[in-house]
Amino acid sequence: MADRGAGWAAAFFASVARFLVIAITTYLGLLVVTFFIGRVIPIDPVLAVLGDRAPASVVERTRREMGLDLPLIEQFYIYLKGTLAGDFGRSVLTTNPVMDDIRRFFPATVELATLGTLIGSVVGIPLGVLAAVKRGSAADQIVRVIGLIGYSVPIFWLGLLSLVLFYAKLQWAAFPGRVDIAYEYSFRPVTGFFLLDSAVQGQWDVFRDVVRHILLPASLLGYLSMAYISRMTRSFMLNELAQEYIVAARAKGASETRIIWGHALRNAAVPMVTVIALSYAGLLEGSVLTETVFSWPGIGLYITNSLQNADMNAVLGGTVVIGSVFIAINLFADLLYRLLDPRTKAQ
Amino acid sequence: MMMKTIAFRPRRWLASTALSALFMATAPAFAVTPADTLVEGFAIDDIITMDPGEAFELSTAEVDANIYDLLVRFDLADTSKVKGDLAESWAVSDDRLTYTFKLKPNLKFASGNPITAQDVAWSFERLIKLDKSPAFIIGQFGLTGDNVTEKAKAVGPDTFVFTVDKPYAPSFVLDCLASGVASVVDKKLVLEHVKPATPSDDYKYDNDFGNDWLKTHTAGSGPFQLREWRANEAVVMDRNDSYWGEKAKLTRVIYRHMKESSAQRLALEAGDIDVARNLDPNDLESVAKNGNIAITSAPKGTVYYIGLNQKNEKLARPEVRQAFKYLIDYDAIGSTLIKGTGEIHQTFLPKGVLGELDENPFKLDVAKAKALLENAGLKDGFSVTMDVRSTQPVTGIAESIQQTAGEAGIKIEIVPGDDKQTLTKYRARNHDIYIGQWGQDYFDPNSNAQTFASNPSNSDDSKNQTLAWRNAWDLPELTKETEAALLEKDSTKRAAMYRDLQKDVLDTSPFAFLYQQIEVAGLRSIVKGLKLGPSFDTNFVGNVSKE
Repeated sequence: MADRGAGWAAAFFASVARFLVIAITTYLGLLVVTFFIGRVIPIDPVLAVLGDRAPASVVERTRREMGLDLPLIEQFYIYLKGTLAGDFGRSVLTTNPVMDDIRRFFPATVELATLGTLIGSVVGIPLGVLAAVKRGSAADQIVRVIGLIGYSVPIFWLGLLSLVLFYAKLQWAAFPGRVDIAYEYSFRPVTGFFLLDSAVQGQWDVFRDVVRHILLPASLLGYLSMAYISRMTRSFMLNELAQEYIVAARAKGASETRIIWGHALRNAAVPMVTVIALSYAGLLEGSVLTETVFSWPGIGLYITNSLQNADMNAVLGGTVVIGSVFIAINLFADLLYRLLDPRTKAQ
Repeated sequence: MMMKTIAFRPRRWLASTALSALFMATAPAFAVTPADTLVEGFAIDDIITMDPGEAFELSTAEVDANIYDLLVRFDLADTSKVKGDLAESWAVSDDRLTYTFKLKPNLKFASGNPITAQDVAWSFERLIKLDKSPAFIIGQFGLTGDNVTEKAKAVGPDTFVFTVDKPYAPSFVLDCLASGVASVVDKKLVLEHVKPATPSDDYKYDNDFGNDWLKTHTAGSGPFQLREWRANEAVVMDRNDSYWGEKAKLTRVIYRHMKESSAQRLALEAGDIDVARNLDPNDLESVAKNGNIAITSAPKGTVYYIGLNQKNEKLARPEVRQAFKYLIDYDAIGSTLIKGTGEIHQTFLPKGVLGELDENPFKLDVAKAKALLENAGLKDGFSVTMDVRSTQPVTGIAESIQQTAGEAGIKIEIVPGDDKQTLTKYRARNHDIYIGQWGQDYFDPNSNAQTFASNPSNSDDSKNQTLAWRNAWDLPELTKETEAALLEKDSTKRAAMYRDLQKDVLDTSPFAFLYQQIEVAGLRSIVKGLKLGPSFDTNFVGNVSKE
C-alpha cells in the first residue's frame, strides 16, 4: 500500500512539473505570437492614441514617446520585462493599466461562463443519460439533433435571433448589458460578481435585475455547453452500460434507477469532470461573440473593442490572461481526474 | 425489454429545464428609462480622452461642449456669428492684433470656485504647453510654450487679453476661440491633481498640467459635469447645480455606447433608450413609421469625398481627375445609400459655413468621362485599387463607383479594411483611391480650405500633412490664396475668396466631393427640446426635458 501511495504521489508531482514546463512554454509562445502579430498588422498604434486628425508633429512625438522608434527586438524585451512583473502597460482606450481593466472585466466573463456551464451540465447530463438509455429511440434522435444545432449554428447568429425573439418581440429578456440603467450607477459591486454582490448586500431588486440580464446570454452559452456535455455523457454512459458490472448488478436485482444513476453515471462521472472543465474553459475563451452580441462587459468584449481600436496593450494583456486561465483549467481537470479515478492511482 | 423497465422520469427533467424558461416569462415588464434621466444610444467608441486640451473626437466634442464653457460661442441662430459665453464683451484693436475680453460677473465652476481671467489664461497656457492634437487651432496664432504667458494673459480679475501674430480676419480668430479646444478649465481644481513629469526634448515641463486626471475627470462650468466615463460603455453626466446660466432640466444624461443602428432601433422601440443617434437609412425609415418616435435632423460640417493619389501617374492626369467626377452616380447614391443621412454636396465647405458655395455641377456622364479618358491617352481604361472602410454607407458607395467607373473601362479593385488599417495606409500615401470623411476642426472656412486647398510642402516628410498632401497634390497657387483669405478682414470679401477657391478645387482637384452628412436622431415622443446643432460641439442637452 505504501509503495502504491508513494508511486501515485510521484506520478502526481511529475505531472505537475510537466504541466508547469508546458504552461511556461505556452505562455512564452503566446507572448511572442501576440506581440509580433500586434506589430505586424498594418495598423499604426499611434492612430489609436491620437485619432485620425492629429497633426504630423504630434504623431511624430507620440511615436517616440511610445518607444515605437526602437528596434522591434528591443520593444519586445521591454514588453516582456513588463509582463513578467505583471505590468501589461496602459490601455489606450480606457486609459487604465491593462491589469486593472482585466480585474474589472474578468469577473463578468467568469460569472457568465459559470452560469452557462451550470445550465449546460444540469440540462446536458440528464439529456445524455436519456439518450444513452433510450438508444436509437425518438428521444435519442431528438437529443442528437438538439446537440447538432448547438454545434453547427454560429453562436452570434443564435444570439441575435434570441435577442430579436426574447428581447424585441416577446420582451421577456432585458436590454443587453449586465444591469439596468436605473441601477448601473448606484449599485457598487465588491467582488465584481454581480449575482453574489447584490445577494450579499441584500439588494434583491438588483439581484432580480441581474438575473434578468444574465439569463439569456447564459442560456445561450449553456446551450452550447449542453450540446457538448450531452453528447459526451451519452457516449460515456453507453460505454458503462455495456460493462459486466451492470449485468451483474441487474442479475442481483438492483433497480434500473439505481443501475443508471447509482452505478453507470457514477463511473461515467470521472471522465465527465474533464469534459465539463474543458467546456468551461471553452466558454471562458469563447464568450467573445456572445459578449459582443449581448454588450456583456466581459473580457471578450474588452478584447474585441481593443482590437477594433488597435489598442494592442489591451489585446495582448487580455489574450495572455485568457490563455493562462485556459492552461490552468486544463491542469486542474487533469489533476482532478487523477484524484477521482482510482485506476490512475494504481498506475 | 430492458428499455421499458427503466425508471427514467422524462417529466422530472422536462420540468426542471422548463423552470429557466418560466423564470424569463415571469420577469417583470419592461423597465423604462428613469424620468429625470436622458439615455441616448450613441456610438462613442471614438472617445480617447475627456481633456479638452487633448480631445479631438466628435463624441468628445459633444460631451465637453455640455461640460465646459468658452469665452465665445456660436450663435445658433446665425452660425456665421459668435456671441459671448463667459465673455460679456470683447474688443479688437485697430491693428487686429489684440483681443480684449471682459468676463461676466459672478461666474462659478461646478466645483464652486469662482471663474477669473486667471483661469482663462491658464487654460490657454496648459493647452499650448501640452501641445496635443487640437492645440494648433490656437497655436496657429503664433503661440508657443515660450510666449504663451505673454500672449494670453489676465490683466485683471475679469479681463483677459489675447495677442495674435498677424492681422488675421477677426471672424477667423473668434471662430477658433469658439471651438472646444478653448474650453476654460478650473485652474485651482486641476492644480490639485497634476502629476510630475520628466522633462525631455519633446516636453520641457516638469508636470502634466493635470492631463492624466482630466482624461477621465472634468473641471468645467457648463450645465453638466462628468460623473463617469467608461470607454466603449457609457458617458454619464450629472447636472451642475451651480451653473451660472439657466440650469439643465434633467438631472442626468447618459450616452450609452451602441454601435449598431439595428440595436439602437430595437432599444428605442422598446423604450430602453430615449434617443437613437446612429440610425442608418433603413432603420430610419422604419422608426419614422412608429407613432411613439419622432425624428430630428441637422446638416453637419462633415463632408465625404474620394481622393485620387497623385503619386499614381494615371490618376495624376488632369483629364482623369475630371473624368472621375463624371463617373459617380450622385443621384443613385443620394436616393438610396445616404437617404435621410446626407445630401449631395460637391464643394469642400459644408453648408452653413462662411463662404459656402452651393454648386453641384457634376452628374453621372459616362460618355463625357470616356472622351476625357481618351484625351488622357487611356482609351482602354486602366486598373486601380480603392481603400474602403468596411462600414456602411462607405462600402455601398464604393461599390456604386466601382460599377459606374467600370462602364468607362476603369477597373476598380476594392480593398476593404478596418478604418484604422485604411487610415494608416492613407496617411502614408500608399493608396490609389481612398474614400474619406472629413469633419471640420473648427467652424471656420479656413479649416477645410487649409486641408483641401493647401499643401505647403509635397515632400514625404512634410510637417504639414493636409489632405492635399495625403493625395500628393502640389498646388502652390491655391496654397497662397488660402493663406491670403486668412488675413482678409472684410467678411464679405473673405467669403468671396473662399467661393473662388472652391471653384478652382471643383475643376482641378483630385478630390470628388460626394455629400455632406446630415445628423439624424430618433427620439421617443416624451423627449422635448432636443435640437441637433450645426456642428458636433453644438448638440446641447441642457434644454432637454421629458414629459
